[in-house]
Amino acid sequence: MTEKMTEKDNGGMLHMKGISASPGVAIGRVFVLDRRNRRIFKTYIAEHEVESEVQRLRAAVQKAGEQIQAMLRSMQDELREHIAILETHQLMLKDSMILDKSIDMIQRKMVNAEWALDHSLNHVRRLFGHIQDTYIRERIHDVEDVVARIQDILSGTQGIPMEQHTNPVVVVAHDLSPADTIQLNRKNVLAFVTEMGSRTSHTAIIARSLGIPAVVAVAGVTKYVFTGEDIVVDGITGDIFIRPDEDIIAHYTDKQACYIQHRQAMLLQSHLPAVTADGFSVSVQANIELADELDVAIASGAEGVGLLRTEFLYVGRNDLPSEDELFQAYFECVKRMSPKPVTIRTLDVGGDKFLSSLPVSPQTNPALGLRAIRLCLKEIDLFFTQLRAIYRVSAFGKLRILFPLISGCSEIQQIKVHLNSVKEQLRAEGIPFDEDVKLGVMIEVPTAVMMADLLAKEVDFFSIGTNDLIQYSMAIDRVNEHVAHLYDPLHPGILRMIHRSVEAGRLQGIQVGMCGEMAGEPAYTPIMVGMGLDEISMNADSIPKVKHIIRRCNAGLCRELVNRLLTACTSQEAREILEDFLSRYLPDERQLTHPYLCDAARH
Amino acid sequence: MSNEIHVTIENRLGLHARPAARFSQLASRFASDVWLIKDGKRVDAKSILEVLTLACPAGTRLTIAAEGPDELEALTALQVLIETGFAEYD
Repeated sequence: MTEKMTEKDNGGMLHMKGISASPGVAIGRVFVLDRRNRRIFKTYIAEHEVESEVQRLRAAVQKAGEQIQAMLRSMQDELREHIAILETHQLMLKDSMILDKSIDMIQRKMVNAEWALDHSLNHVRRLFGHIQDTYIRERIHDVEDVVARIQDILSGTQGIPMEQHTNPVVVVAHDLSPADTIQLNRKNVLAFVTEMGSRTSHTAIIARSLGIPAVVAVAGVTKYVFTGEDIVVDGITGDIFIRPDEDIIAHYTDKQACYIQHRQAMLLQSHLPAVTADGFSVSVQANIELADELDVAIASGAEGVGLLRTEFLYVGRNDLPSEDELFQAYFECVKRMSPKPVTIRTLDVGGDKFLSSLPVSPQTNPALGLRAIRLCLKEIDLFFTQLRAIYRVSAFGKLRILFPLISGCSEIQQIKVHLNSVKEQLRAEGIPFDEDVKLGVMIEVPTAVMMADLLAKEVDFFSIGTNDLIQYSMAIDRVNEHVAHLYDPLHPGILRMIHRSVEAGRLQGIQVGMCGEMAGEPAYTPIMVGMGLDEISMNADSIPKVKHIIRRCNAGLCRELVNRLLTACTSQEAREILEDFLSRYLPDERQLTHPYLCDAARH
Repeated sequence: MSNEIHVTIENRLGLHARPAARFSQLASRFASDVWLIKDGKRVDAKSILEVLTLACPAGTRLTIAAEGPDELEALTALQVLIETGFAEYD
């Protein structure tokens, strides 16, 4: 990262780099949403001003309370999970540690309200810093949010003035909380740039769902840029340019036009079915997490939701969602996707995501521990709530259920017993549901591959989860930097496992799909076709590209490719075989099959 | 002279954000001063922030003290809230 302290002073161009979290190019004015680096000045007040200063603080607190109340009233249905956060904010606003302490300080030290408030916040920060429980310790961000709101009112900046913005801006922030994004007028946001975050953080998900560029993890960016300055954001590579010079602006104006053109060309064809030149068709579907993402998924040509992750409904809160909450969330997706199918995966937590509402004792190796279906089969109420909600929604549209981390037939047998109880309950309560909801299992544990022929007799479909399958089969922890480089979808052993699973499904006449990251990589698309997968599900972003590649493929040639790959000894050999195939049969699609595919869009 | 009761936090999450919010909200409804005491550390029970900083996981033994016109009502109400596990499914 190029980070030069002096350049802010001379006003020269500054190039910084972060993680690309959502593709696209934005050129525009900056709006800094900055709380942490706010400058608070200390001013002494006269004795006769004390009372009016206290009143000023009280009025600001009152107004902040009204703002939060107004947000609560206008809260859209899908944001209900934020209500509890805002209600806690209401309490914190009037907390004696904030309000009484600040008033006391104004009176005793005769200082301005801003300084007193900041002092109170620092005191709370110190106290929270000693708390061992991470969840409680992180509530300090809520306190900071609340205090920032009061400070905004005191300084006359009036909260996040995004509502009043008529011109679109690039939002630059330390981090964006769900409470921040509720208030942003999303139509006026050109791009997001944040100091914190990763590809899976809240900001990244929102940006991708809105189809606007985002670059996250740009260390210190709020220190180098002011509201109103120009900025170039390249969400494809993660580059940003503050106060860009003419050359950079010209270059990125070009790149932006090319990207938009490329994207539109892709989108124009995205609704065409994905059928190969020789008539073999693949159903290309979307992996989604939020109902918010559906619009982009549909516009990208998704023929269904192949994987609805439900963890989002559970994380970031300290209670469990009710059956009705789950029903509403699933219903929204099924209704908007209708008549295309939605595949709902039951809760997959415990491996890399944990719930504060459901603490499991620390496990030395959570990936091999009490997670996903194992957790659901143990915490049976947790499982029933999901199944009841899913079955209730089944009366309103086409859905399927997908169970994660299945290792063999016994889990399926247990699941079926529970499913029967759920159905009986619903029948007894007179609640309508679809009797024939299709059931599927993730193929991601090596024993499931070995048992695929028998599993195929128990279920209606398979969905191969390559991320975990590779991790478990190759004994590689993807987040362990010492071995992460060994993680390789082209390992011949992995290719053979995929092949074996597809064959087992085909023999039983059930549908076989793939929903891992491998499915969304255009370079691997000919392998998917050659393997004979019925469905592939991926991030919305990849759908137009993958469909495009499928239309350029010949299924017969792809099958030959797979036959050759199955004879490869090493990943390297497999890669050469694939490279050879791509340059021989898909030479015009290099910009898509090249690993840095989007970057090629500039040409 | 204040009155006191001893309680044990039973709900699985302890005094997490939402239970702490309910606790301080309820305490605020009484005119009496109410304190929460853990290992000799004494905080204002009406302040959600002070209650949170006390960090009470499940199993914590606490003393609630109250002094004022409605101290007994306050203690009873808070005791019920804690003993019913905050009437929450967790």
